[in-house]
Amino acid sequence: MAAPATSPPGSTPIFRRKWQLPFPLNIYQSSIGRKWVMALTGIGLLGFVVVHMIGNLHIYEGPVQSHEYAESLRSLGGGLMPRTFLLWVLRLGLAGMFVLHIHSAYSLKERSRKASDKADFIGGEKKYHSKRDYVAANYASRTMRWTGPIILLYLLFHLADLTWGWWLGDNYVLGDPYHNVVASLSNLPVAIIYVVANVALVIHIFHGTWSLFQSLGINNPKYNELRRTLAKLVAGVILVGNLSFPVLVQTGLIDDDNRTCDVGDVTCLEHQAEKH
Amino acid sequence: MSRELNLTLQIWRQEGPHDDGHFETYAATGISEDMSFLEMLDIVNEGLIQDGNVPIEFDHDCREGICGTCSLMINGQAHGQEKATTTCQLHMRKFNDGDTIVVEPFRARAFPVVRDLVVDRSAFDRIIEAGGYISVNTGAASDANLTPVPKEASDTSFDAAACIGCGACVAACPNSAAQLFTSAKLAHLNLIPQGQPQRFERTESMVETMESFFGSCTNHGECHEACPKEISLDFIAFMNRDYVKAKVKNRKLAGQT
Ligand code: HEM
Ligand code: SF4
Ligand code: FES
Repeated sequence: MAAPATSPPGSTPIFRRKWQLPFPLNIYQSSIGRKWVMALTGIGLLGFVVVHMIGNLHIYEGPVQSHEYAESLRSLGGGLMPRTFLLWVLRLGLAGMFVLHIHSAYSLKERSRKASDKADFIGGEKKYHSKRDYVAANYASRTMRWTGPIILLYLLFHLADLTWGWWLGDNYVLGDPYHNVVASLSNLPVAIIYVVANVALVIHIFHGTWSLFQSLGINNPKYNELRRTLAKLVAGVILVGNLSFPVLVQTGLIDDDNRTCDVGDVTCLEHQAEKH
Repeated sequence: MSRELNLTLQIWRQEGPHDDGHFETYAATGISEDMSFLEMLDIVNEGLIQDGNVPIEFDHDCREGICGTCSLMINGQAHGQEKATTTCQLHMRKFNDGDTIVVEPFRARAFPVVRDLVVDRSAFDRIIEAGGYISVNTGAASDANLTPVPKEASDTSFDAAACIGCGACVAACPNSAAQLFTSAKLAHLNLIPQGQPQRFERTESMVETMESFFGSCTNHGECHEACPKEISLDFIAFMNRDYVKAKVKNRKLAGQT
């Protein structure tokens, strides 16, 4: 509805919705609905990050167990499904969650930027002349729009590095993740990228884990305090778990010495895995 | 004897909605520490008028912290740095002699500057019009206590109803979101029996009106810190839940609950 001519200037809407999509798509048309999607996909991604970290702990058991773990991911679903079928379902689901998470985050950022005066372009935050000293907003909450894209860039780097083996070249051995991780992370610049990206991830998760409860309306003064505690716990566990890999490789505590199978001998890994 | 302060003020001056605006520096001398911030501005304005200059426009009405008309970003904080205080209730004793104070209007695209420090907050009225009421038959007043209300629900509803619609939450929000205001107005009615018949209709319509003016919440919590009535963030969660419930429900079959 157009504001009548006598209305004050502040009565003219800034955003207009031309039509309402059918249910349930109309939920995604609203900012609150988009925050729900962001929170739900955030939970899914969080699940992935935790499971991925726990899975990687197999590196501490050695090359054989790491190989076995990678192999069981490929043969998920056992004989019921073609090999790697379930893994692909998971991968596509994960990619879908990333797309939705990023689209909702980006579109809401744009909305806030347009609703604000003198907002900066990337963070989208409103600016005042005097320096704002924020009272409640913390470093994590104010950097979500920076840590998010850092995670995305790192994700692409990580896939190229350890899934596609782009720059390990001949040193990349399909089926020997233990060796690949050691080969990649023993390179100092790679280890540094890994550490920086995971610190960003943990900062993102620290705010996200608290924030998702508010977005989904999971709120009860009886347990509200626990939401912060949970955020600290989840962030802390991921920080320690994920940073342990580059640190231990760089300090030489995980390396390719004393292997029972030579690097590149995947058949040997298979035999060893069968034995146990 | 009360202390006297000499202050330097940097104040936003803007001749009208289409003027670019700029900061102007003023000296405020001999300010009693017992004055409110608005009384201090009155003194500055008196000086300006005596010298034949145009006084600084700012919003005010009740001057007792209950109407929500006064605004102002004072040193980057909505209503100044005092917690749970409106600008009219902010006393000069909270400042030190020799301080420089920066005074800007509340900022958001939906709050256009009318003149100087006065902003147009009528977007809030549009949100209220969209559902911030209950529909009852008028006539003789009904008996008191006709509708039983649980004590806890009425307490919380009152906490939400404390919102004076000042807009500090929007001003403080880095996203210019109006979640705290809208959720307070919703919770005020949605928590008690009188609000139930229109609960989900109200939630949908007020939220969607809010979203046509304001940005999107990222759960910073700055609004709650800036709010002179300390409205709780819990109401925002309550609104987020009710909004999606409203969308999912089939009211033809489920009624309003
Ligand atoms: C595995 C990786 C990720 C995890 C576990 C994760 C998790 C989360 C969670 C739980 C939230 C809170 C949702 C809410 O407030 O309801 C969130 C918010 C956010 N995420 Fe992510 N995220 C990930 C990757 C990304 C990526 C790749 C981007 C962008 C390129 C991104 C951008 C954002 C932004 C901007 C927000 C806050 C936006 C807002 O509140 O409006 N995230 N994330
Ligand atoms: S919620 Fe608080 S800050 Fe926002 S309009 Fe109401 S009283 Fe003002
Ligand atoms: S003038 Fe009414 S609240 Fe400040």
